[in-house]
Amino acid sequence: MIPLALDIAFAHLRGRKRQTAVSVLGVMLGVGIYIAISGMMQGFHTYFLRQLVESNPHVLITDEVRVPAAQPLQMLHPDAAVAVRRVLPRDPVRGIAAAGSIVPALDRMPGVTAAPMLSGQLILRRSGRDYAVSALGIDPARQGKVTSLAQDMVAGSLAALARETSGIVLGRSLAAKMGVGIGDSVAAVAAGGRESTLRVVGLYFTGLEEQDLLRVYVNLVRQQSMQARPRVVNQIGIRLADISRSIPFAARIEGRFGYKTAPWEETYRRFLDVLALQNWIIYSTLGAILLVAGFGIFNIISTVVLEKGRDIAIMRSIGVASRRIVHIFILEGAVVGLLGMVAGWALGRLLSLALGRVPAPGAADPTQTLMIAQSWWIYGSAGALALLAAVSASSLPARRAARIDPLAVIRGAT
Amino acid sequence: MSATDGTPVLQAQALGRVLPGQVPTILVSDVDAVFAPGSFTVITGPSGSGKSSLLYLLGLLDRPTTGELLLAGQPTGALSDEARAGLRLWHFGFVFQFHFLLPEFTVADNVMLPMREAGRLTAGQMRARARALLGALDMPDLETKRPDQLSGGERQRTAIARALANDPAVVLADEPTGALDTRNGRAVFTILRALARQGRTVITVTHDEALAAMADRRIALLDGRVVADGAASSFLRSAG
Ligand SMILES: Nc1ncnc2c1ncn2[C@@H]1O[C@H](COP(=O)(O)OP(=O)(O)OP(=O)(O)O)[C@@H](O)[C@H]1O
Ligand SMILES: [Mg+2]
Repeated sequence: MIPLALDIAFAHLRGRKRQTAVSVLGVMLGVGIYIAISGMMQGFHTYFLRQLVESNPHVLITDEVRVPAAQPLQMLHPDAAVAVRRVLPRDPVRGIAAAGSIVPALDRMPGVTAAPMLSGQLILRRSGRDYAVSALGIDPARQGKVTSLAQDMVAGSLAALARETSGIVLGRSLAAKMGVGIGDSVAAVAAGGRESTLRVVGLYFTGLEEQDLLRVYVNLVRQQSMQARPRVVNQIGIRLADISRSIPFAARIEGRFGYKTAPWEETYRRFLDVLALQNWIIYSTLGAILLVAGFGIFNIISTVVLEKGRDIAIMRSIGVASRRIVHIFILEGAVVGLLGMVAGWALGRLLSLALGRVPAPGAADPTQTLMIAQSWWIYGSAGALALLAAVSASSLPARRAARIDPLAVIRGAT
Repeated sequence: MSATDGTPVLQAQALGRVLPGQVPTILVSDVDAVFAPGSFTVITGPSGSGKSSLLYLLGLLDRPTTGELLLAGQPTGALSDEARAGLRLWHFGFVFQFHFLLPEFTVADNVMLPMREAGRLTAGQMRARARALLGALDMPDLETKRPDQLSGGERQRTAIARALANDPAVVLADEPTGALDTRNGRAVFTILRALARQGRTVITVTHDEALAAMADRRIALLDGRVVADGAASSFLRSAG
C-alpha cells in the first residue's frame, strides 16, 4: 500500500488535472530550455576554448622575468630586516638566452612537446597597402606538434613552409583582405627596416577572427634574419599530453628556468572571465525561468490547500499528525516537479538534437553544425533545480495547511 | 485505558472554556463529570448552550481555559498539540453532524485512513478490519463506492466505521443524526448504544428527545453549565 500522504497527494492532483498539467508544463519548459540553452552555451564555450587553446601552445615560455633577482644587500644580510624598494626585474630584451638547452630539456620530459619561436612585428605590403601583423618565426615540423596549425591549414601546408625558406602562411581572412593566394608574393618589412619578399605557401583558418587577421607564420631562421636577431628565440611553446596539468607544470618550469611561463589559463584569463560572466548571466536567466515554474506550483498547491481546508481539518481532528499534512502538500509539489523534470529532460534532449542540426556560423567546414554540450551535469542540475523550486514553492502552502485549526473549520461547518 | 482497574476513562474537573475578546464569551463553565467505560451518555440543551463546545473539550480538540480533563487518570492540560493529536488517533473516535469523509477516497479507504496514520497493521489486516467494520454496520457491498455515491445514512455509518478504525475507548458524536431521517437516526443511535455495550465510553450530542431517551445517562446544559445530570429515563419530556 502506498504511503497515506502520497495517496492523498495523488488524489488531490487527480482532482485538478488541468491545473496540474499546466504546472507540469511550466516545469517542463523550464527544464527543457535550461538544458538546451546551457548545452548550447557550454558547447559554444568548449568549441571556442578548444580552438583558442589548441591553435596556440598550452604553456608559453616568454623572455620575461617576473621575480627580480635577490639584491646584493639582501644576499649579504639574509637574516637582517632589509627592505629594498622599487626593484624591477631586468628585462632580457635579447630573448631566451638558454633556449638551446631548454628545448631539449623539455623534450626529454614525458608528455611534453616544445617548439621555439621568435615573435616580432612585420608590415606586409601588397598593392600599395600596408598590413601590420604579428609574425611568428617557427620550426614548421615542431610547430605542427605543439599547436593545431597543421590541422588548421585550408590551403597549402606546413611542409611547404618547411621547404620554402622565404615562405609565409597567412590566415584565410587576411589573405582575402590582401587579395593574395597560394604562390603570390608579398613584401615584408620588419622594424629594423630590412625589406624582403615572401611567398604565400599556405592559408590557415581557426575561426578566431583576431588571430586569423593578425597572425602570420614564417620560418624561424627567416624571421631571425628579418628582425636582425640571429639565433634568438623569445618564446617557447609547449604542448602537454594532459592539458589539466598546465598550471603546476608551468609553475615548475618557471621555477626551474626563471622565464615567465604562462599556462593557457593565465594567457586567456580575460577570455575565461568573459565566459564566466556569460555563464553567470545565462544561469541566472535560467534560474529565473525555473522560479516562474515554482510560482505555478505555489499557485496550484495554495489553491488545493484552500479548497481542501475542510478535509485537512477532519484529518487533524481524527489525529493525523501535522507533519503528515506538510508531507501531503510537499509531495504534491514534488510530484509536479518530478513529472516536469522527466518531461523537461525529454524536451531538452529534443531541443538539443534540433539545435545540433543548425549549421555553425562562420565555420571553416560548411557541413559543421552547432556543438551542443550534453552531460549528466546539465541534466542533473536542471532536474535538481526544478525539484528544489517545486519543493520550496510547495513548502509555504504546506506549512499553512498544517497550521489550519481543525476546530475553526468544524465549528463553522456545524 | 481499560476499565479493569476502575479508573474512569474520561473525567472533567471544573472544566471551563472562555473565548477571549472585548466581551469574553463563556462557552463552557465549571463542568464536573465522570464518564465510565460502557456508558452511553447524551448531552442535550438548547441551541447555543455549549453542547458542541463541551464535546470538543472532552475529545481533546479544544483546550480548556480552566479546570482539567483526565484521560485514564492522567491530566491532559500540559500535552503538546501533537501529543493530543496522537491521543485522538489512538483513543477517540469522532462522528460529526456532517460526515466529513474524504471525497476522493472510497468508503474502504476512508475507513482505513486512521489505521494507515497509526501504521500498526499490515495492508491486508487493514482491509480485513475495514470490511469487518462495514459489514457490522450493515453496508458490506459499498467498500469501493465513493462518498458521493452513498445515501446520507450510509455516509454516516461510514463515518462511524472510520471512528471505530483504531478501536477507540471513547466515541464522541455531535448531532450524528442531524442530517438523517427518523429511521436512519434511530439506526445510528442503536449502533452507538451497541458500541457502549462493547465497553466503550460513548458520548453524543442530540436535539432529539426520542433518541435521547435511548441513552443511559443524560447531561442537560444551559449557558455552558450543567443544569441536570442523571439517568436518561428520569428526564421529563419537557426538561432540558
Ligand atoms: N468561535 C466562536 N466565536 C464566538 N462565539 C462562539 C464561537 N463558537 C461558539 N460560540 C458561541 O458559544 C456558544 C456555544 O456554542 P456551541 O456551538 O457549543 O453551542 P451548541 O449547544 O452546540 O449549539 P447548537 O445546538 O446550535 O449546535 C454559542 O452561543 C455560540 O454562539
Ligand atoms: Mg452544536
